[in-house]
Amino acid sequence: MIEFRGVSKHYGAGDVGLDQATFSVSREEFVFLVGATGSGKSTVMRLLIKELEPSSGTIRVAGRDLADITRKRVPFYRRNVGVVFQDFKLLPNRTVYDNVAYALQVTGGTRKEIRHKVPDILRLTGLSTKLHNYPDQLSGGEQQRVSIARAFVNHPPLLLADEPTGNLDPETSIDIMRLLYRINRTGTTILVATHDQAMVDKMRRRVLELSHGQIVRDEAAGLYARDETTREFAQRMRSPSIRPPGL
Amino acid sequence: MRVGFFLREALRAMRRNAAPSFAALATVLVTMLVLGVFIPIVQATKGAANSVRGRVLVDVYMRTTATSADETRVQKELLAVPHVRSVEFVSKQTAYEQQSKQDPQAYQLLGTNPLPDTFHVVPDNPANVLSIRAALTPPSSGGGTIDPAIQSVSNHKDDTRKILEVTNLVTITAAALTVLLTLASVLLIANTIRLSLYARRREVEVMKLVGATDWFIRWPFVIEGTIVGAAGALMAIAVLGVTKVALLDPLANNWTLIAAPRTIAFTALVVVLLGAGVMVSALGSGLSLRRFLRV
Repeated sequence: MIEFRGVSKHYGAGDVGLDQATFSVSREEFVFLVGATGSGKSTVMRLLIKELEPSSGTIRVAGRDLADITRKRVPFYRRNVGVVFQDFKLLPNRTVYDNVAYALQVTGGTRKEIRHKVPDILRLTGLSTKLHNYPDQLSGGEQQRVSIARAFVNHPPLLLADEPTGNLDPETSIDIMRLLYRINRTGTTILVATHDQAMVDKMRRRVLELSHGQIVRDEAAGLYARDETTREFAQRMRSPSIRPPGL
Repeated sequence: MRVGFFLREALRAMRRNAAPSFAALATVLVTMLVLGVFIPIVQATKGAANSVRGRVLVDVYMRTTATSADETRVQKELLAVPHVRSVEFVSKQTAYEQQSKQDPQAYQLLGTNPLPDTFHVVPDNPANVLSIRAALTPPSSGGGTIDPAIQSVSNHKDDTRKILEVTNLVTITAAALTVLLTLASVLLIANTIRLSLYARRREVEVMKLVGATDWFIRWPFVIEGTIVGAAGALMAIAVLGVTKVALLDPLANNWTLIAAPRTIAFTALVVVLLGAGVMVSALGSGLSLRRFLRV
């Protein structure tokens, strides 16, 4: 699904965002991208939504070389990639419903389609009672749910989350991760950048670690059962034991 | 569907960002008011300058001994001079009547008519007066004129030059002020729009991240600009209209000075202001947005 081959990104003042990074993520995988602040996690995310261009190397998403996408086609590419941010990035002067609907209006969705899809996705994310609230009337966890609903309403094959739980308390974080896991189980590839080590340990998914722009660890899983239900998943996340079985 | 959506988006943005929208509207209103007052003033000034320049003539005085045959010949000669538009003959009787009306006592005292027959030579362009004068008194004739029947050619060289210089200056100043004022209006409106867009740049960024095309984001802003520009211009026009009807028209009835200068018609002014307000505001919104679209 994602393929980085020798990708480097240098910023203006000699800063290195990414240094010869090579990795790939297959379809339907759930991958964590970890590393300290400034290690290049966000650079990977921004390269993937073509907000930045790599200095060298090639990036392929769903078999397509991102360098071949012209500036004009970028919006159409982005509709196939859902994005979730630490600061939610919701439109402040729109209700929850309208925020999610905007993602469909952008793609030329009909009114009928919007009326049908938006309540559906908001039910999935547990926001049915907040349809007509504005973002500043919601808690952080609720805002992040809205932003996940917006990212997923088009059912993109790939969902990127940049520090989705960075601003949230541990209990809310588990809810968000559970939601992401549920989306993953519908067949969506998910890449989560985070520095929440405890969360990563508990989740037991594949982990890519970045340090100074280089991939220093790629721990392919095999540690977890793929067919774990979301309920089992949540139970395990809340349990005090963090050691995965077999270790 | 699309147009309706963009229109709703524009109205929503104006409702939810009332303060910046109001600031933009007030800016358009004020600049259009200033333009609406200034344009007629510039027009009137130019009209006045032109009418002064229109009175710049060359007077050709005939000898008192000149016969009517001489006069016919001289008139033909004058019309042959380059840059002459028309020639007007004033007989000595007509001139005497005109002058004695202005100062009856002096002319009564004089008894006889000392005035010569005169030709008023009207140039095609006031700026050419001096070249006409030069053509009528060629240096080769040694201070004489082109025809022996001509006594003299009016010698208001300095006055004429002064009038031309002053009226030129007035016209150029008016034109420069117009350009400056227009530029200032455009910059002021563009800047206000930029500020209100700057406050919403994060919104634009989010729209781009969700996969909105540039024009999908831009149309509501352009529509918003059109509405704000039209509203501001209409309010300015309303204020100007009330001022015209309540203050200027009654004055114009009593003061020919105000009524006389040929200035821009009110309907033309309305069209200019409305067009300028809408164009600057809509284009300003669309263009200013460009730098925030680069995400």
